[in-house]
Amino acid sequence: MSRLKLFIAAAAVALLIVAPLGQGNYITYVMTSWLVFSITAMGLNLTLGFAGQVSLAQAAFMGIGAYVTALMTLAGIPWILAALTSIGVSFAVGLLLGYPALRVQHHFLAFITLAFNTLLFLVLRNEEWLTGGSFGLSGMPRPTVFGLSTNMNLQFYYFALACFLVSVAVMWWILRSPWGRAFRALRENPVRAESLGLKIRRQTLLAFAIGSAFGGFAGALQSPLVQFIEPNSFSLIHSLKILLMVVVGGSGFFFGPMLGAAVVILLPELLRFTEGYYLIIYSTLVIVLMVYSPNGLIGAGQKIWARFRPKHEARRDMEKGFQL
Amino acid sequence: MAEFIQIIVSGLAAGSIYALAAVGFTLLWQASQTINFAQGEFVMLPAFFVLVGMNFLGLSMWPAILFALVLSLLVLGVLFKKLVVEPMLPHGTLPLVIATIALGLLLKESVKEFYGATAQPFPPIFPQTVFQAFGANISVQDICNLAISMLAIGGLQLFLNRTRTGRSMQATAQNPGVAEILGVNVRRMVMYTFLINAALATIASVLISPIYLAKFSNGETLGLVAFIAAIVGGFNQIRGALVGGLLIGVIDNISALYVSAQYRSAMPLLLLIAIILLRPQGLLGTSEGRTV
Repeated sequence: MSRLKLFIAAAAVALLIVAPLGQGNYITYVMTSWLVFSITAMGLNLTLGFAGQVSLAQAAFMGIGAYVTALMTLAGIPWILAALTSIGVSFAVGLLLGYPALRVQHHFLAFITLAFNTLLFLVLRNEEWLTGGSFGLSGMPRPTVFGLSTNMNLQFYYFALACFLVSVAVMWWILRSPWGRAFRALRENPVRAESLGLKIRRQTLLAFAIGSAFGGFAGALQSPLVQFIEPNSFSLIHSLKILLMVVVGGSGFFFGPMLGAAVVILLPELLRFTEGYYLIIYSTLVIVLMVYSPNGLIGAGQKIWARFRPKHEARRDMEKGFQL
Repeated sequence: MAEFIQIIVSGLAAGSIYALAAVGFTLLWQASQTINFAQGEFVMLPAFFVLVGMNFLGLSMWPAILFALVLSLLVLGVLFKKLVVEPMLPHGTLPLVIATIALGLLLKESVKEFYGATAQPFPPIFPQTVFQAFGANISVQDICNLAISMLAIGGLQLFLNRTRTGRSMQATAQNPGVAEILGVNVRRMVMYTFLINAALATIASVLISPIYLAKFSNGETLGLVAFIAAIVGGFNQIRGALVGGLLIGVIDNISALYVSAQYRSAMPLLLLIAIILLRPQGLLGTSEGRTV
């Protein structure tokens, strides 16, 4: 990493540390929510942007994480154990779900995850003895770190920030490890990747399962953040929302999901004055963005940047990498 | 037994309407590799065009339906193709999927904001009478819905197989490059496909809205069902979408009665997963070599 990049990263972290200071409770809450959704979008970005598979169940994995964490912490088990279990369960479910779907390649992961998300919703809603049905679960305790409680929103923000930074570091490490390079090779040219001895299916499956595990971890944070979870927060529409985050930000770019999550979370606040028309404006913007720049906002930024640097060639990897 | 017949008939009636949506879905897929996530909203919208025609323009029912058909052809056919699909085709499938998801949201929210968030009563087209057959109560509406959907799909099948235009459309779906070389106007054929999809959506909308009432959120379930029907039947076959639609309709009704009301909507999903595991090309589909 060059010195400049290191400096920018340090500045960004510093900005994230000072940003909530002096802000109201609600703003802090919204920012924490942004951190949580950045983690889940980052996971989906691994599946979508790097392994080229569409998953429509990211909200379901958040749901798994949130419910596992809620049930365990309500039973008095420390948050950290609950979070690790959430990650483990999401990873395992991801493997189970992805294995048959990826057997037939193409768009089937999208279909099977779509069905899974709806099924999970039904189970969460109907199995009242476990999940509280449509009343949901509430009153999850917030974790205590080294004897410090995180009951205040500001404290919890820093807790979430720490988790977010750990996730970013893990994702950074995954993408730079031989595994991550394999993902990238897979996206750029699957045929060549296979000829070099990569097991396409195993790699894709692993990417999907790891992406799902990130979803589970985000859910483990969501649970103590909101302190009230119910099936509707993890329905299909939310999976679509997370998918939009990744694509709007720029799938396949490391910082795309963070940007996308910021847009999706903060835009409603900015467009509050439009009242009911918010979603109409938002969806129109997404369509326009997709027409103009399928690589999302970062792609659009690069396009504009390329105008000033005529020799810069825009990325073309979207054409081949995505299989839906 | 009587109850069983009743369930089957109403299942087939509902299923035939799902089939209309599913057939449109597969047609779009074949012609332009468009996975239309807004298909449910496409079925929801024409009913509101009819209501606008009746309540604001003072049209009576049939002219209002005609008005809705024209508007649907324009909005869901021409505009959808020109403004959304065409500029995005060179970018591949994913941006288009995202755009149709956004379009679905746009249509849904627009109806909610500009027409109303509550379920709107929709005038029945057929008499609401019930007759007895084999001891079962069978509604005229169900029979008429089934008949009209079957006629529409049958007519479409005939059009595709027996007319020059229809065969050109099939050629376009199979191999646009070769079709173009052989003198088929590929762009026009793709446009026809979008128009047919819009027309099918209008028929489905007019048939289903008297039963479920016209509501902005109708598209969510309808879209999912059309989607499942298309995959279960076979993604690249019109017959497949028809069988898939009917099957889902019947299974949905049977599971409401014999399984549990709570898990009723889980049955089609389980069917979908089973099909993907056991027969990924769908019940009637042929395996597609094409990489998407």
